[in-house]
Amino acid sequence: MSILLGVLEQGIIYAIMALGIYITYKILDFPDLTADGSFPLGAAVTAAVMVKGVNPYLALVIAFAAGVLSGIVTGIIHVKLKVRDLLSGIIVMTGLYSVNLRIAGKSNVPIFNMETIFDNAGLNNVLPESVASYQTLFVVVAVALASKFALDAYLKTKSGYLLRAVGDNSVIVTTLAKDSGFVKILGLAIANGLIALSGSVMCQQQRFFEISMGTGTMVIGLASVIIGTNLFKNFSKVRATTAVIIGAVIYKGCVAAAIKFGLSATDMKLVTAVLFLIILVLSRGRVKKVKNNA
Amino acid sequence: MLELKNINKYYNSGTVNEMCLFNNFNLTIKDHEFVSVIGSNGSGKTSLLNIICGSIATDSGNLIMQGSDITGEKEFRRYRKIGRVYQNPAMGTCPSMTILENMSLADNKGKPYNLGSGTNRKRAEFYRESLRQLNLGLEDKMNVKVGSLSGGQRQAMALLMSTMTPIEFLILDEHTAALDPKTAETIMELTDQIVKEKKLTTIMVTHNLRYALEYGNRLLMMHQGEAVLDKSAAEKAEMSIDDLLGVFNQISIECGN
Ligand SMILES: Nc1ncnc2c1ncn2[C@@H]1O[C@H](COP(=O)(O)OP(=O)(O)OP(=O)(O)O)[C@@H](O)[C@H]1O
Ligand SMILES: [Mg+2]
Repeated sequence: MSILLGVLEQGIIYAIMALGIYITYKILDFPDLTADGSFPLGAAVTAAVMVKGVNPYLALVIAFAAGVLSGIVTGIIHVKLKVRDLLSGIIVMTGLYSVNLRIAGKSNVPIFNMETIFDNAGLNNVLPESVASYQTLFVVVAVALASKFALDAYLKTKSGYLLRAVGDNSVIVTTLAKDSGFVKILGLAIANGLIALSGSVMCQQQRFFEISMGTGTMVIGLASVIIGTNLFKNFSKVRATTAVIIGAVIYKGCVAAAIKFGLSATDMKLVTAVLFLIILVLSRGRVKKVKNNA
Repeated sequence: MLELKNINKYYNSGTVNEMCLFNNFNLTIKDHEFVSVIGSNGSGKTSLLNIICGSIATDSGNLIMQGSDITGEKEFRRYRKIGRVYQNPAMGTCPSMTILENMSLADNKGKPYNLGSGTNRKRAEFYRESLRQLNLGLEDKMNVKVGSLSGGQRQAMALLMSTMTPIEFLILDEHTAALDPKTAETIMELTDQIVKEKKLTTIMVTHNLRYALEYGNRLLMMHQGEAVLDKSAAEKAEMSIDDLLGVFNQISIECGN
């Protein structure tokens, strides 16, 4: 039971991040490796401000803002300096490693014995004692659903329409007299905000920041997005954001099952890589949609 | 008024494949002129449109739009006054969005794309009405993704979308080439109607010599980056398709292809 609970909690925390990957990969058609840096960025910022006594909920907001900034940097490198999408993300991810160490101060920062979004006087008063073991799950679900509904709502606004259009066919954004580069930067900002938010939640849940906690973020997120969207491809009633959240939980479940059946945690990266390759081949990767200016 | 002055355009400059497409090219298009442009493949029609819209840079020369020099102006800013339909039907619509969403997106051009609701339900009837003119049954598919429509259906939508909001110039690149003859006819008539209603200054590239003669009030023939023929409305009215085909062949022979 506790294993299942753990899988759910972790899966849903990663689901918040996967929503960000959904924006870059599915909507913007941009393979954004910034994620591997912005996820631990969210955690580093959280650990750093919480050690200073900042309110844990405020820490979520600060982490989100830090993620937004990292997305903007990737966007500017890609749009203004005309560096290829994958490389822009790699550059920022690499740089963020040092930045994260600077922010956190060292490679491992514990935040034990502190109030978190999962465990604080206010929340403990509201929720009855009997559901204490589900308290963490409640909170992660609340954050994930809030992110999902906010994203759903945003994608139905005029600005959201433009974001969807730019990944689909950036030419049309230009002919609507809008700067498609700016829209891409905006999308990367929102995506990395969500990814850093997920990092912040993860940091508070495991109660420490660790410099390498971002390794593989992008791959986990991509796997979640691809599993989720392919699974519900024929169910038009299920929103893509819902599918992505379920995809993240399924992915985490598969990983837990693999470990349960004897694979060691150190094999997981290889399993992830192979799994990911299979998924990519099955979904036949990205296809360039539109030739420019013909 | 739109003026192209001494435009020079090289492709692949500095490489062995260097090619000069436009050499001191000049063209003036007056307000409310509807110019049909014909010419062989590779004669520079699309490139000309790309230069006007700022999709490609020129090597030298000036572009004047209504008296102001827009040579250095960013492409997206130029589209405030320009509507454009591309040769490729995929370019004018967003495949993963529905017809309703595409129409709403286009309807908002010129206004801020903010956090207001993307679709204004009150406009849906107006969209349906405009789509009905196309006779393609699209008005009953408002919630269908545009990606599942045929190329011709998308191209027809692209025309509506590009002319929905107030613009002054309309740029059409073989916008009927992907359509069946009957739909092409419908779209051409609709184009003419829109151009007249909105008093648009229009440049229409076409390979259909009949359309080039029948529609518009000026005719240009391009060849190897030059306007080899420039006929006014009156001269154009005197010409038949055979005359035009004759000129077309003659020019091709003179230039050895
Ligand atoms: N991006 C490019 N790079 C190099 N050469 C180009 C490029 N675009 C066009 N050209 C060349 O410029 C010439 C004119 O091309 P353009 O597309 O303007 O022709 P077109 O008149 O529109 O032809 P079509 O009727 O086939 O559409 C061609 O010889 C083409 O090879
Ligand atoms: Mg062309």
